[in-house]
Amino acid sequence: MYRGTEGLGVWEHKGKVAAVGIGHSPTDRRWDLRPETSVGAYAIIALRNAMEDAGISPDQVDGLVLDPSTTTGAMWPADRPIPDEFSQAFKPGANKVDGISSLSTEWLVANMPELSNINFTMYGTTCMSNAICVAAQAIGDGMANTCLVLKAWDNLEGRYAQGGDNALDTIGGSGQWSNPWGATGPYYPAHWFTSYTNKYGGNHDMMAPFVVNSKRNGLLFPEGFWAQHRPEPLTVEDYLSARWIVKPVNLYDCDIPITVAVAYVFTTAERAKDMKQKPVYILNHSEARPKPRSVELTLEECEDSAASLGRRLYEGAGITADQLSFENMYDGYTLFHHLMMEGLNYRGVKQGEGLDFYQTDISIEGPNPVSPSGGNAGSGRTRIWMHTDCIQQIQGRAGARQIRIPANTGVSGGPHPRGGDFVVWGSTPD
Amino acid sequence: MPKQSPIPDELSKPFWDACNEERLVVQYCTTCDRIQHPPEPTCDQCAPNEKLEWKEVSGRGKVYSYGIMHDCRVRILQPDQPFNIALVQLEEDPGILFYSHLPGTPVDQVPIGASVQVEFETTPTTGQKVPEWRVVG
Repeated sequence: MYRGTEGLGVWEHKGKVAAVGIGHSPTDRRWDLRPETSVGAYAIIALRNAMEDAGISPDQVDGLVLDPSTTTGAMWPADRPIPDEFSQAFKPGANKVDGISSLSTEWLVANMPELSNINFTMYGTTCMSNAICVAAQAIGDGMANTCLVLKAWDNLEGRYAQGGDNALDTIGGSGQWSNPWGATGPYYPAHWFTSYTNKYGGNHDMMAPFVVNSKRNGLLFPEGFWAQHRPEPLTVEDYLSARWIVKPVNLYDCDIPITVAVAYVFTTAERAKDMKQKPVYILNHSEARPKPRSVELTLEECEDSAASLGRRLYEGAGITADQLSFENMYDGYTLFHHLMMEGLNYRGVKQGEGLDFYQTDISIEGPNPVSPSGGNAGSGRTRIWMHTDCIQQIQGRAGARQIRIPANTGVSGGPHPRGGDFVVWGSTPD
Repeated sequence: MPKQSPIPDELSKPFWDACNEERLVVQYCTTCDRIQHPPEPTCDQCAPNEKLEWKEVSGRGKVYSYGIMHDCRVRILQPDQPFNIALVQLEEDPGILFYSHLPGTPVDQVPIGASVQVEFETTPTTGQKVPEWRVVG
């Protein structure tokens, strides 16, 4: 299913799979325990919206790919009863927290009887990027013709990742090598950024144009959390005065966990011809799974992985870096976005030049748009905005966020550098 | 600085036992003459033909990078915020890294490239000792 090495040549299904529909649920900061705002309900909303957007009926769908994990960090306690209202609203799944803190294809099909012709299901774990690659390959390989691709997130009460092993006085497993020193959460982008500025020069203030630009783009994303709930612009001064989380990572370098579901409709290029929306063709997909030599991936290992990823993406898509109209690489945390941008050699930016590039015009109005989606920084922790934006930009449906140069070819993916999956999108199949 | 006590498993027990004797050891593959850390069931480089042993190392290294923790997820460390978290490169192989709070180094005054020497710190819950690193010279 995955393409992870250089030298594989052009992807055998280049231009033969297309995205033709997008469906988003509303966003919330927390689940309020009502069944209609559960992650299950939002998943159903997103799936139905995607089919409506594509102009297809549910019985025309034969594939369903999703990530079964939906938690943003807090878990539903094993001994906590399921709310009665939720149990009355939905048929149960094999996992008692299906629809609350996880999802399964079985739960969705049971609660969406209109999906009567599903004969291919598969999980793409970790995030939407993975599910997209799985669905694209499955359609290309003929395992499905028209496939729904879903990623949903629940955000239960409690602080992010403060429970479990982190609350104990002892630590086993892989955490025995890092937890005693507190090397968790955004420590890894912090030490990468420290290494980066030590190696190439620059400083944290130079991140401000990127983060402010991302927040601005996010406020132009009507499906996003900040646009819907807190449409507050971020200024350079706000960014520079924010509290540190792990210096040099500050509050605005992190993303806000939210509840949301997003779905896409993928189909064959042939079938896409007569659909409601302009097809956006998948030119290639690739995975990155760098293995650290020791306790943590170093900056140099990260840079090598990003550079290899860039070469693989172009090789499989049969394009060169100068053919990219825009890039939507992952940004959660913001301090590693430039590493992936450099790996892509986007607009000729080489290793060590990313922060300087941020000081130029990277807006949607300019010739070199960077992260026009606004990413997680702009719309909340989902790892999906970059994909939705690529599809919308190429379809010309990005609204106020539409880049001013022609949007013919885009790239999105994450959550590299520590591992992820990536897609090249095109306005034409070749 | 009170830390979580590591709970050794079958693979890591020789490392943590050595720490309790105030010795720093890492896995060593006699086939490819390479060390690795953290320990793994097989050699990263030449499995399945490897022969892994434990090898005592000098305990000398250099500061590779760092971050300053202000909002830690690990509860037992939260009273000591903010604190340094450095990555130390082992003298025998700079690809081998250890975390350190750099005891004795003021917060946010971490000298990248500085020489460090290992010492061992007792964790409060089980008494397990863990490696720490102090800037020298």
